[in-house]
Amino acid sequence: MIKRLAARVIGMSVAGFARALTGVLPNWRGCLPEARQRVYFANHASHGDFVLIWTVLPHALRRATRPVAAVDYWGGGVRGFIGREVFNAVLVDRSGATREPISVIMEAMEQGASLIIFPEGTRNTGDQPLLPFKSGLYRMASARPDIEFVPVWIDNIRRVMPKGEFLPVPLLCSVTFGEPLAVKPGQDKDAFLTEARDAMLALRPGRSAA
Amino acid sequence: MSLPAEAKTLFMGVGGVLVVATAIGQALAWRAGDRPSNLVQNLNQRIFAWWVMVGLIGLAFLFGKGGTILLFAFISFGALREFLSLTHTRRGDHWTLLVAFFIGIPLQYYLIWIDWYGLYSILVPVYGFLVLPILSAVRGDPRSDRQSSFITASVWTGSTRGR
Repeated sequence: MIKRLAARVIGMSVAGFARALTGVLPNWRGCLPEARQRVYFANHASHGDFVLIWTVLPHALRRATRPVAAVDYWGGGVRGFIGREVFNAVLVDRSGATREPISVIMEAMEQGASLIIFPEGTRNTGDQPLLPFKSGLYRMASARPDIEFVPVWIDNIRRVMPKGEFLPVPLLCSVTFGEPLAVKPGQDKDAFLTEARDAMLALRPGRSAA
Repeated sequence: MSLPAEAKTLFMGVGGVLVVATAIGQALAWRAGDRPSNLVQNLNQRIFAWWVMVGLIGLAFLFGKGGTILLFAFISFGALREFLSLTHTRRGDHWTLLVAFFIGIPLQYYLIWIDWYGLYSILVPVYGFLVLPILSAVRGDPRSDRQSSFITASVWTGSTRGR
């Protein structure tokens, strides 16, 4: 009970803090915030990424949307509490020592949760806009064609909180949601991942969708 | 918590102009009927924004010196954030930006609050210009990023010239 309340208060404060700092606004370009099962896949440059997506989702959707996060960072201590209780994160072990990440993710999808995932698998700190995708996104999409896979582009967060930094700098950010994708019949892994990648890149600000 | 007489006259004047402007804007929108023109819509949005601005300044005036200083501190914060979001910064500038936002702005407005004219009038153009590029140089590239300190300076001094 107290735990639930604390989680709620922390959740509201995190969202309020993210708003005050980055003035983040959602841009629902290719779909609307609807209460249906979805997988939001986004570019990953900072620990603040899923916080921003979570912040711009309407309250009702927040509760049903779980970020997929690495247990080595979000597993223990205060971060563990925030990860588990506030964001209800799906924690995966990237080394695969205990369980394959993909099976943990599949299980969460079976339970009806919407997910936030980062198909690059790790934070991108280089100069290229996106790292190569892991195959997980394709495996998820081909296993569950009934779920909408929504490409998301988070802009500017890399500058707010670069990898390895602790304090965030206030800069304006935006979160753009694109048109949902699905694996087409006969589409192979590389073709789907390329399509997903292009869909994300097309959402970058200053590039209007065709 | 009361306004000085000049401020009352000022707000009555500004309020009067805004009431007239709102009346004209709404009349134009009404005459356009169900074929609203972009120009009139834009005008009405602007008039609404002016109401908000005047309201905020009025509210700040009610709280006296502290309220006004706080309002301008937040305007500086917003302006600097807007400015830096549009410009190029490097990873090595992270600490420079942190210092500008979280030490620079509070310090500058604190100095205005205690009315230390000799220091707040030179804090940015002298000390800011000295310290911020050094921070960038120490933390990141050997080339110091003058751009960010230029912008910091322009926003900052803009906020103090009003006084």
